[in-house]
Amino acid sequence: MQSRLPILIFALVMAAIPFVPGMPPFWIVLLDNIGLAALVAMGLVLLTGVGGLTSFGQAAFVGFGAYTTAVLSTAYGVSPWLTLPLSLVVSGLLAVLLGLVTVRLSGHYLPLGTLAWGLGLFYLFSKLEFLGRNDGISAIPPLSIGSFKMLSPGSIYYAIWVAVILSALLTMNLLDSRTGRAIRALRRGHVAAEAFGVHTPRAKMLVFIHAAVLAGLSGWLYAHLQRAVNPTPFGAQAGIEYLFIAVVGGAGYVWGGVLGAALVVVLKEVLQSYLPLILPGSGQVETIVFGIMLVALLQLAPGGVWPWLMSFLPERTNGKKPDTSLKLEQRTRSPGQSSVLLQVEKARKQFGGVVAVNNVSFDVQAREIVALIGPNGAGKSTTFNLITGVLSATSGSISVLGNKVDRAPPQEIVKLGISRTFQHVKLVPDMTVLENVAIGAHLRGHSGPISSMLRLDRADEAKLLAEAARQIERVGLGEQMHQLAGSLSLGQQRIVEIARALCVDPMLLLLDEPAAGLRHMEKQRLATLLRELRDAGMSVLLVEHDMGFVMNLADRIVVLDFGTKIAEGTPATIKTNPEVIKAYLGVAA
Amino acid sequence: MNTTIMLFLLQDGITNGAIYALLGLALVLVFAVTRVILIPQGEFVTYGALTYASLAAGQMPGTAKLALALGIGAFAFDLFAARKALHGRLILRSIVTNIVLPAIVLALTVYFAAQKPPVAVCIALSLVIVAMIGLFLYRIAFQPLAHTSVLVLLIASVGVHLALQGLGLLFFGAEGQRGPAVLSGSFTAGALRFTGQSITVYGITIAFIVGLWLFFGLTLYGKALRATAVNRLGARLVGIRTTLSGQIAFLLASVIGALSGIMIVPITTLYYDSGFLIGLKGFVAAIIGGLVSYPLTAVAALVVGIVEAFSSFYASNYKEVIVFMLLIPVLLLRSLAAPAVEEEKD
Repeated sequence: MQSRLPILIFALVMAAIPFVPGMPPFWIVLLDNIGLAALVAMGLVLLTGVGGLTSFGQAAFVGFGAYTTAVLSTAYGVSPWLTLPLSLVVSGLLAVLLGLVTVRLSGHYLPLGTLAWGLGLFYLFSKLEFLGRNDGISAIPPLSIGSFKMLSPGSIYYAIWVAVILSALLTMNLLDSRTGRAIRALRRGHVAAEAFGVHTPRAKMLVFIHAAVLAGLSGWLYAHLQRAVNPTPFGAQAGIEYLFIAVVGGAGYVWGGVLGAALVVVLKEVLQSYLPLILPGSGQVETIVFGIMLVALLQLAPGGVWPWLMSFLPERTNGKKPDTSLKLEQRTRSPGQSSVLLQVEKARKQFGGVVAVNNVSFDVQAREIVALIGPNGAGKSTTFNLITGVLSATSGSISVLGNKVDRAPPQEIVKLGISRTFQHVKLVPDMTVLENVAIGAHLRGHSGPISSMLRLDRADEAKLLAEAARQIERVGLGEQMHQLAGSLSLGQQRIVEIARALCVDPMLLLLDEPAAGLRHMEKQRLATLLRELRDAGMSVLLVEHDMGFVMNLADRIVVLDFGTKIAEGTPATIKTNPEVIKAYLGVAA
Repeated sequence: MNTTIMLFLLQDGITNGAIYALLGLALVLVFAVTRVILIPQGEFVTYGALTYASLAAGQMPGTAKLALALGIGAFAFDLFAARKALHGRLILRSIVTNIVLPAIVLALTVYFAAQKPPVAVCIALSLVIVAMIGLFLYRIAFQPLAHTSVLVLLIASVGVHLALQGLGLLFFGAEGQRGPAVLSGSFTAGALRFTGQSITVYGITIAFIVGLWLFFGLTLYGKALRATAVNRLGARLVGIRTTLSGQIAFLLASVIGALSGIMIVPITTLYYDSGFLIGLKGFVAAIIGGLVSYPLTAVAALVVGIVEAFSSFYASNYKEVIVFMLLIPVLLLRSLAAPAVEEEKD
C-alpha cells in the first residue's frame, strides 16, 4: 500500500539517536515513554480509528501485561523473555473474555462499558494481595541478553523501538489485506460487508485482541523499564489518556498513534517542567493547561495532527493496476439450464402489525432477468432483505437450488452464489474503489490475519485484487479504480456496488434500483451489461422504478402492491394488466 | 446482621442513590441533546458544593472569577463567530449575558463572602455561579465541535474535566470541606433517624425527575430539545435553534450538578477531585438506563446507591470494584437484547 522507504529512514534515525554526542539521557527516557505509549495508541488506532470501537480500557491491558511479567519474574523467577509470550497471551485471553461482553455493544455503550471495566480492574489491581495491593510489585529483574543487562533507559531503548516499528509494520500489513478490508468496513457499512461473507463480530473481536496484545506488550516493556509496577498507571485516567493520544495523532492512521504519543509525552513533560517556573506555587497548573490545549487542538484539527501534516505532502496516487491475468477459481455451475435457481414460497414479513410482505411467491430460473416492480412501499426491498438473510421471514420459505435458506444469515446466503447491491449505497467512502470491490471477493480468498501480518498472503491477495480490477473494468470504471469511493457520483457508486457484487462470482445477482441516478447513456450501458451477464449464464433479479429500463430488459416481471403480488408475466402482458395500471395510476384509470 | 443495620444501610444507599439519580438524569439529558458524554458533570458537583461551603465559611470562592473569565472567553467566541456580520443587538446581548451578568454575580459574591451570608444566599450564589460556568463552557468548548463525532466530543469532554479539576485544586486547595445543612432538624421513625437534609435530597430528586419528564414530554422546548438530539439538521430546518438547545441542556446539567453537590456536602466531606467518582456512579446508572430513559436511570441509580452501601459494609475493600462491575451483567443483557443496527453516523 505504502512505500517502505520512509519507515526504513525512520528506523535508521531512531537507531542513530542514542549515538548523537551530547544527547541528554533524559531525552532517551522520554523516547522510551513515547515508544511505550505509541504501542498502546497504535492498537487504539486499529480499534477506534479504523474499527470504530472506542475503548477507554486499554490501560487495563497494559496492566495485565505488566503484572503478568512482574508476578512471574519475581515470585517464580521466570526469565523475562519467557514471560513475554505469557504476558501477550494473558492480555489476549482477557481481551477475549472482556470482548465477549463488550464488543457487541453498540454506539456509546461501548466506550462507557470499557470505562466501567477499566475502573473496576484498576480497583482490583490495587486490592489484590498477590499483586501487592496499592504498593505494587518491585525488584522486577531487567531484560538481559547473556550477561548484558538492560538496566539503563538507553539500553532498553532499542527493545522498545524495535517493538514499536515491528508492530507498526505488522499492523499496516494487516490493514492492507483481505482481513484488513473487513476491519475497515466495520465502522461504515458493516451490513454490506456481511452481505459479502464478512463475519463482523469476528472482525471486531480480532481488532480488540490485536489492540489488547499491543497494550500487553507495552505493559511488559514498561515493567522491565521501571522494574516496578503499581496500579496508578493502569487506571481510568491513563486509559483516557491513551485514547486522547490516538485522537490527537490522528485516530485513523498507524503513524498518527506514534506522532500522538510523541506530542502528548513531550507536551506533558514541557508543561510539568516549565509551567511552575512561570506560575509558581500552584499545584495542578499543567493539568489545566493540558486540558485546555486538548480542547483547542480538537477545535483546530478534529481529525488529528497526522492527516493535517500529510495534507502538506504532494498527493500520491498509488495507481498500480493489479495484474489481471491472475485468475480465481470459478464456481462450478450445475449444467441443468432450466433449473429453478430461487424459489420464494408464501414469504411473509410482519413488523408488528404492519405486513410488509404478504405471502408472496415467485421464482427465478437460470439465465433469466426478473424484475420486481411496484409503487413505493410495496415491499420490494423487504423481499430483497428476506432473500439475502438481512431479515428473516415471519413465515413461508425461500430456497436456493432446492435448499431451504429461511434462517440463514447473509454470510451463508452469499456462499450459495447470491450477491446483491443496496438501494442506499453502502460503500466504505474512505477506501478506494478497488478495495471496496475487493470486499466482494472476500469469500474467495483464504488468508487469515496472521498470514496477512507476515505478508504470506500476497499470492492470494494479488488474485483477489486482480478479480476486483477485472470486474471494475467490466462495468466500465477502470479510470476510477484508485479513487476513493466517497468521491464518486452517486450513479457511479451504484455501478461500483454492481462490480462488488460480481466479485462473488454469483449465480444470481440482486440489484436494488441499479439505474437510479444514472444518465441515459449509462442506463443503456448497464442494460447491455446485464444482458451480457444473463447470456453468460447468470440470473438477475432487480427492483427498479424506471419502467422504460425494466420493460426493455426483463424477461419476466413480478408486480407487488402493499406487500401482495398482484401480477406476474412478460413485459407485454404486464403493460396491459388492469390491476397493475390501477396500482400505479389509481382507480379512476 | 440485624434489621437496624439493614435499614440503616438501605437509607444510606437511597440517599446516595438519589444523588446518583440526579447526576444520571443530567448525563442523559446532555447526551440526548448534544451527544456529549459529560465527564465534567462531577466537577459541577464539586464546584457547587465547595463554592457553597466556602461562602458559608465566609471565604471568597474562585469559581466566581472563573465564571467571569469564561464569560469573557465566550464573548470573544461570539464576536469571532459574528465577525462577518456584526449586529449591535447581538453584541449587546452577548455582552449582557457573558460579561455583565457574571460581573454582577462576582460583585455580589465579593460583597456577601465578607459577611458570612445566610444559607439561602449561599445556595443561590453557588447555583448561579456554576450555572454560568456550565453555560459558558458549552459556548467555548463544545459549541464549535457540535458537528463532530461522539468520540471527538468525548475527548473534548475529558479535556474540560482535566482543566476544571486542576482549577478546582487551585480554588479550593487539597483540603476537604463540609458545608452547613440546608435544612436542619430531624425526626425519628422507629429505629431510623431522618435528617432534614436527607428529606431535602429525596424531595429535590423526585421534583427533578417529574419536572424533566414533564418538560420533555409536554413542553415545546422539551420536544425541540429531543428533536435536536435525533437529527440536528432536521431540527434546524424546522426552525429549532440547536445552539439554544445545547445551552439549555448544559444549563440544566450544571444546575443539577451544583444542586447535588450542595445537598451532599453537609453529609460527606468533598475534595476538589471527589466529583469524578461521584459522576461516574451517575454514569453507571445512566448506562443502565440506556442513556435514554429517565425513570429507568432513577431506579438504576437507587440500585447503585444501595449496592454501594451494602458492599461498603461487607467488603469495603472491593466497594468500587463491585459498583463498576455491576455494569458488566447489565451490558451483557443489553448487548443480547440490542438489535444489530447499522451505525453509519460519525
